[in-house]
Amino acid sequence: MKQSLVTIANLTKEKIEYLVEMASEFEKYPNRKTLEGRVVATLFFEPSTRTRLSFETAANRLGARVIGFTDPKVTSSTKGETLKDTIMMVSNYADVIVMRHYLEGAALYASEVSPVPIINAGDGANQHPTQTMLDLYSIYKTQGTLENLNIYLVGDLKYGRTVHSLLMAMRHFNPTFHFIAPKELAMPDEYKLYCKEHGIRYEEHEEFNEEVISQADILYMTRVQRERFTDLMEYERVKDVYVLKAQMLEQARPNMRILHPLPRVNEIAYDVDDDPHAYYFEQAKNGLYAREAIICDCLGITLDEVRADQTILK
Amino acid sequence: MKQESQLVVAIKNGTVIDHIPSAKLFEVVNLLHLQDVRDSAIIVGYNLKSKKFGHKSLIKVFDKFFTDAELNQLSVVAPNVTLCIIRDYEVVEKKSVTLPEELRGIVRCNNPKCITNNEPMQTVFHVSDRENGLLRCHYCGKEQHVEDVKVIE
Repeated sequence: MKQSLVTIANLTKEKIEYLVEMASEFEKYPNRKTLEGRVVATLFFEPSTRTRLSFETAANRLGARVIGFTDPKVTSSTKGETLKDTIMMVSNYADVIVMRHYLEGAALYASEVSPVPIINAGDGANQHPTQTMLDLYSIYKTQGTLENLNIYLVGDLKYGRTVHSLLMAMRHFNPTFHFIAPKELAMPDEYKLYCKEHGIRYEEHEEFNEEVISQADILYMTRVQRERFTDLMEYERVKDVYVLKAQMLEQARPNMRILHPLPRVNEIAYDVDDDPHAYYFEQAKNGLYAREAIICDCLGITLDEVRADQTILK
Repeated sequence: MKQESQLVVAIKNGTVIDHIPSAKLFEVVNLLHLQDVRDSAIIVGYNLKSKKFGHKSLIKVFDKFFTDAELNQLSVVAPNVTLCIIRDYEVVEKKSVTLPEELRGIVRCNNPKCITNNEPMQTVFHVSDRENGLLRCHYCGKEQHVEDVKVIE
């Protein structure tokens, strides 16, 4: 069955595990001709080079052809074309549409009007489900399970949509969360309420040091952005507090891995890159496999078909 | 009070919407599309004296009965109105309005970055917390209080 992927929030536990499983199949053999003869459209109403390259690589490695635009300045939306008209036009040409938009709810609306599946590659501050899928796949790969993990979220927990989506997706797997953030960027009440409603344990910390993170299985770092602060004195005070340095990892569990949605600015010191706990570059690579799985799933290709695929290029 | 009620003639059959806050009168007119009604007489009373409210407004629509769905839209602007169904000069039914499960094309989303404010499309809200009057935008997901949202003109 063909279907859109707009949000991670309503995916079942089974569906998440199914997609993780499918991503691991693609990791074994990423190069195939599964999508030969298909056309994938990538519509970036807001530029995002990292996400676009990941999607286009996923489509290309499966033999699909890619059409689309990378910058809204070159499209008819600058002439006043509505989103609906753009989607209707492109759906005549493509089998699946990957779209990034600056407006919240754009992907859901597109999925309602489009005759072909929509994959949400980020809609404003709202949702970015393929990022969450690659985060989940990275957690699964490094820990061998998604169940019963200690997950530490660090940095901007107020505006960071990746941490909010991760929190919601993890509700199926009995996690314990630790929120480490300055007061101005603390986890919003609505998500703490979400935790309570779904029986997710959490602790809040303002300090960020060796002790605090020693029990972590996953350390999920995010960027503390200057423009988020109303009080610049406060920014100056905290900007260096939430920086991870190699010496802070001495007490870390051996299985602990550091994730970051990238781009990083200075929140992870460069000396961490060579530490065996660092995982953020591999995490980005996992995005390729997760997106191969998501494109296929949206086109109605099943896990069994992926396993029995005769088009694998070895 | 006797005199005031004489200001507004009794109707034989139809609907009376009473206790409308005067500031909300024209929003009620808009929501029920009364300006487009061609075949019923309508009396609009504005700024009448009221024991309960000081001032109130009311609307009497001759020979017209609205569906519950139409009337429940009023809960967004005037949750405390009284609805009287009149048959043969008698009040045969009194109703109050309740917030419907879903509001389609009635109110605007407060989030300027929501797709519904930037695309010619219908808004959709789900009532997420009836007790506290919280609505959730179907598209951008933002929760907002029913008193803070604006009715679409």
